[in-house]
Amino acid sequence: MKSRLKERIEKILTEYGGKRQALLPALHLVQEREGHISEEVISYLASRLSLPSVDVYGMVTFYSLFSLKKEGKNIIRVCVSLPCYLRGGNQILETLKEELGIKEYETTPDKRFTLEPVSCLGLCDQAPAMMINDEVYGNLTKRKVKEIIRGFK
Amino acid sequence: MNPVKFRETKIVLKNIHRPHSRRLKTYLKAGGYQALKKVLKGMNPQGVIKEVERSRLVGRGGAAFPTGLKWEFAREAKDIPKYVVCNADEGEPGTFKDKQILEKDPHLLLEGMAICGYAIGARQGNIYIRGEYFQAYRILKEAVKEAEEKGFLGKNILGEDFSFSISLYRGAGAYVCGEETALLDSLEGKKGQSRVKPPFPAFEGFQNKPTVLNNVETLANIPDIILKGAQWFLKIGSQKTPGTKIYCLSGDIQRPGYYELPTGIKLKRLLIDYGKGVKGELKAILPGGVSSSFLTRKDLSVALDWPSVAKRGSQLGSGAIIILNDTHCMVDIARRCAQFFAYESCGKCSPCREGTKRTRELLTNITLGRGELSDLELLCELQEVMYDTSRCGLGQAALNAVRSAILKFRDEFEEHIRERRCRFGICPLGKESS
Ligand SMILES: Cc1cc2nc3c(=O)[nH]c(=O)nc-3n(C[C@H](O)[C@H](O)[C@H](O)COP(=O)(O)O)c2cc1C
Ligand code: FES
Repeated sequence: MKSRLKERIEKILTEYGGKRQALLPALHLVQEREGHISEEVISYLASRLSLPSVDVYGMVTFYSLFSLKKEGKNIIRVCVSLPCYLRGGNQILETLKEELGIKEYETTPDKRFTLEPVSCLGLCDQAPAMMINDEVYGNLTKRKVKEIIRGFK
Repeated sequence: MNPVKFRETKIVLKNIHRPHSRRLKTYLKAGGYQALKKVLKGMNPQGVIKEVERSRLVGRGGAAFPTGLKWEFAREAKDIPKYVVCNADEGEPGTFKDKQILEKDPHLLLEGMAICGYAIGARQGNIYIRGEYFQAYRILKEAVKEAEEKGFLGKNILGEDFSFSISLYRGAGAYVCGEETALLDSLEGKKGQSRVKPPFPAFEGFQNKPTVLNNVETLANIPDIILKGAQWFLKIGSQKTPGTKIYCLSGDIQRPGYYELPTGIKLKRLLIDYGKGVKGELKAILPGGVSSSFLTRKDLSVALDWPSVAKRGSQLGSGAIIILNDTHCMVDIARRCAQFFAYESCGKCSPCREGTKRTRELLTNITLGRGELSDLELLCELQEVMYDTSRCGLGQAALNAVRSAILKFRDEFEEHIRERRCRFGICPLGKESS
């Protein structure tokens, strides 16, 4: 683990008085920096918080924003909940799969994109919708999706 | 008693049209933090709670529990410290209202929380915000900082003997964490799995201490109730659950969006006057997101408040009104709803964990042409069992949509089973598919 990352984790641990409440903020930090939560990080956090590793591991698998596998540089979260579905959300997912040449939960071979179907993003008034990293994209059409993705390439 | 005119009645979204509405400066100009001042300078905690009780404000997060009563429980609880927790996990599909407040008028929420803290005797508040609301998180963070700098949060607020601080905590993508006890576990840094109730959070909440847990919209109502009084509030909307509600319109509607209106507005009026009409022919309505039961054209006259929607056999919940037109297959829609709950079940209690999976399987089989008529009875029975035995609202409500679809659109289900036919050509029925 990079020492810089370790330092920042330590800062979070201190902020939360060494309690396990620090776990989510720490995992957010690592996910953001590294694109995944490695075994090394899991053991480190577990030992620092005196928790069994499987407990920390369980956290990573429980929450959909954390991943064990290294994710692509850009994470596409496409909404598959009902209001988006009613407005053609399925086609958006299909278009993304075609355009990127990957399936759900996969990462492109060049590690640029990871595609994740997710539950409602609170953008239902702009359905169908998706997020790429922390940007929101609404009122999507097949064409718009292609343009957005090509804009990233 | 003349109800206040629809147009004038904005409580929680009253500021969002102002330029830079999220800044403290704008908020102060619009009369912000005056309610907190009023409370600290001249009301005792009991008085605050009495006012909230008299207003008959009920929770806007879904369960419509009387807010004043909840505060009273926490106030009376003996244990200390006490906490205020704001539920900003907004995850019910079709809901996008709390985000408006968080992003456009964060100080309204902070003021509401500080007043709650004063009323119940808490010094610490937490906002649990869903992980995907990146923008709202940044804005809130900035707002908390501003409020601290100007002495509206922190030590000795407005020079009075009351200290209250607010921390932010980000969720990480799990619908169940919107459920209050799962949220508390998540806020403690654990997996978000529901706790057995009772004890309710008002008695044993965050770190097992007395905790008021309220939705964003609920708390955003507090400053005006304090400033203008419960009597004023009672004149707005329906009598049993007065005030306004932010209704979120989505699905097959001309103008989807969020509309703050007095409670009790007729569904038809919302769809026509505000939604500008249905796209296509109206088929079905989910008034409270995918956790609620389907209404149909017959219910257009229903008043949109919790008791009236309940009388029609459905739930208003968080006010996520999803419109479906007649191009959708109800079997396919039911399967989609089932899929959502199977994915989001936290797995802690077996009725929900197994029930949501079995439901998804049964419905998938029907869409594949492998269903049997007895499956429909089985699904309705499963709904009852899950309603009675699931540990939290997720499992209890998971089959509302499925059961009501079967009851109200039975012919579509039977057609899939008996004739292996989907009149919309949506379900694969024996042809190769997912
Ligand atoms: C599965 C599930 C998800 C929920 N999600 C939310 C949510 O995202 N936001 C919310 O305020 N309440 C949600 N609730 C309701 C909360 O459990 C709780 O009733 C509410 O936050 C209390 O605040 P209120 O009284 O101000 O409404 C959810 C409940 C269940 C069962
Ligand atoms: S259903 Fe897609 S953003 Fe809400």
